[in-house]
Amino acid sequence: MRRNLIPAISALAVVSLLAACGGGAGGPSGGGGKISDDKIVLGVLNDQTGIYSELSGPNAVKAVQMAVDDFKAKHADDAVTKNIEVVVADHQNKPEIANTKAQEMYDRQKADIILDVPTSSAALAVAGVALAKKKLYINISGATTELTGDKCNKYTFHWAYDTYMLANGTGTTVTEAGAKKWYIVYPDYAFGQDMKKSFTAAIQAAGGQVVGEKASEFPNTSGDFSSQLLQAPAAKPDVLGTMHAGGELVNLVKQYNQFKLKDKGIALSVGLMFITDIHSLGPDALAGTKFTDAWYWNFDKQNRDWADKFKEKTGSRPSFAHAANYSAAMNYLEAVQAAGTDASDDVVKNLEGKEINDVFLRHGKVRAEDHSVIHDVYLAEVKPKSEVKEDYDYEKILTTIPADKAFKPLSENTCKMG
Amino acid sequence: MSELLQHAFNGLVNGSFYALLALGLSVIFGMLGVVNFAHGAFYMLGAFGAFILLSEANLGFWPALVIVPLVLGGLGMGLERVLVRRLVALDPLYNFLLTFGLTLILQDLLRMKYGSQAQPYPQPAGLGGSLNLGLFDYPAYQVFVLGFSVLVSLGAWLLLARTRIGMIVRAATERPELTRALGINVGRWISPVFGVGIALAGLSGVLAAPMRAVSPLMGADLIILVFAVVVIGGLGSIFGSVAAGFLIGMLQALGNVYVPGLATTSVFIVMAIVLLWRPAGLFGREETAV
Repeated sequence: MRRNLIPAISALAVVSLLAACGGGAGGPSGGGGKISDDKIVLGVLNDQTGIYSELSGPNAVKAVQMAVDDFKAKHADDAVTKNIEVVVADHQNKPEIANTKAQEMYDRQKADIILDVPTSSAALAVAGVALAKKKLYINISGATTELTGDKCNKYTFHWAYDTYMLANGTGTTVTEAGAKKWYIVYPDYAFGQDMKKSFTAAIQAAGGQVVGEKASEFPNTSGDFSSQLLQAPAAKPDVLGTMHAGGELVNLVKQYNQFKLKDKGIALSVGLMFITDIHSLGPDALAGTKFTDAWYWNFDKQNRDWADKFKEKTGSRPSFAHAANYSAAMNYLEAVQAAGTDASDDVVKNLEGKEINDVFLRHGKVRAEDHSVIHDVYLAEVKPKSEVKEDYDYEKILTTIPADKAFKPLSENTCKMG
Repeated sequence: MSELLQHAFNGLVNGSFYALLALGLSVIFGMLGVVNFAHGAFYMLGAFGAFILLSEANLGFWPALVIVPLVLGGLGMGLERVLVRRLVALDPLYNFLLTFGLTLILQDLLRMKYGSQAQPYPQPAGLGGSLNLGLFDYPAYQVFVLGFSVLVSLGAWLLLARTRIGMIVRAATERPELTRALGINVGRWISPVFGVGIALAGLSGVLAAPMRAVSPLMGADLIILVFAVVVIGGLGSIFGSVAAGFLIGMLQALGNVYVPGLATTSVFIVMAIVLLWRPAGLFGREETAV
């Protein structure tokens, strides 16, 4: 009896490994639904329980609800409709689930717009659905530049950040500040490879060079990054750039500190970091690390006031993705208000070319050519614990990167709006 | 050369976790015939235990290293009494399902309380520096993890091979009816053994807290690999699981250097080869009759 268990367990181990790597079939496709005019439905499609659920997740839904409440309060009786609903779905960071859920949202739940959608592959899947259904889609937490590049379309907007903006901000500034030699470690999947490419381009353009690069398996089941880290010193880099996100970033930084690479003269630079990551590691583990942030809650009074309201609703401080969800939902509703209808084409026309200044966007502009929403972004540094005065007070903003310098110039853009 | 040694050393440190976890799995399987799928969840509880002690009671790494395994061991004994025992007589799949369900419940409970983001845990006091190991410097904490898990594995082996308790446990593992016939109360030893297995998982969790992301899913990622380790070492073989743990750790670390991208897959390739060549695992024995 026991011997028969061995093959069963081996098989199970392999099956669970495969399951962890994704798979599964796509969903059914429905017909195009009519836009219901008596109701606006905002759909938030994101990761509700997994690795990206803190940086956007359930609190992003609350941020969207805040936008709905503020919109209703502002327009009171002259609002196009008071009947505004927020619906939620969990895409588990898998593109095929995102694809199915997006169709369900547009068709069955009558969503007029889908918001958020972290994980680049899922973000791109939803862009395809939005185009097919001719319904709006504002991506916030996905990082890939393809949303506004090769895969751009009329109904898809990209609101907060992308890999170009991260690489351009961090890669260029850190290289120009004197760290010429980079060693890049990245997770071996779409996001990591995209980040590595963008960073390499930015570093070289700023006069630096990439002296070594090392991929790590994704997902890294053992949580071990020591072999990647130990190969770095031989290449004598000035700075180690990590393109990992979420829990993997946490693992890597812990081990970077334990191997004392900083004492060997190798500084740390992080490709993408959310304030929730700093909270996980504790500010001391990251003190002095420079990164590009799309928004910081304690930057000025306007941000802080909004963050206080957010804290009342959620009990914690917002990440930039939360603020961006609020901003995107608010501006969508304003566009519907201005157009007087929720018909997609009219709303798109209203949004295109719009210049926006709000709690999230400074010098913001919805580029009509590629639907990239450009705005001022910030080069931030993590404070040492001694300078942290309150919960989540982790960042020092070093410089503001102006909107027209922060994002990919239109001349380099490959988007052909169909 | 020193670089190669360093990578091998990495592998051993990583293997420490595999060895301790596989050891616990093996002890439990040997005594009860139960495949404890919840082992990864208890590893995660160990790390969270350390985090909770620090944030709620301000107790650091060293007290946690003692308290957490004891508490989890007790919890494990309770679990055996209340749930696992009732299913032992049935098909092994029932306990498999029970422990799998338990894993999901534990993960989600912690996720509800703490979210899926990793929790902060600092380096233990006194182990922040690095040690000179002759050819290279290595973080003191990692060296401690390796030394400590080797000691624990040795201790477990001595306990089982050299003491009367170990003799009873081994006898009860191999021939429960015969052992019972000799007048030994086998049932009395089942709970403590299950508890020890769980305590080992908790211990590895505490050890992992300073160097890994402490999050509800940290065990789910690891347990799949540990199952492969146990199968390679020989299900139920104490020495086999420890040896395979360190071996697989090394294989993965060197794989990461020479064939990145295939490091984890290589573990499963090795598992397949071992199963074809020695179906009972590297150190397992073909059992005649149970």
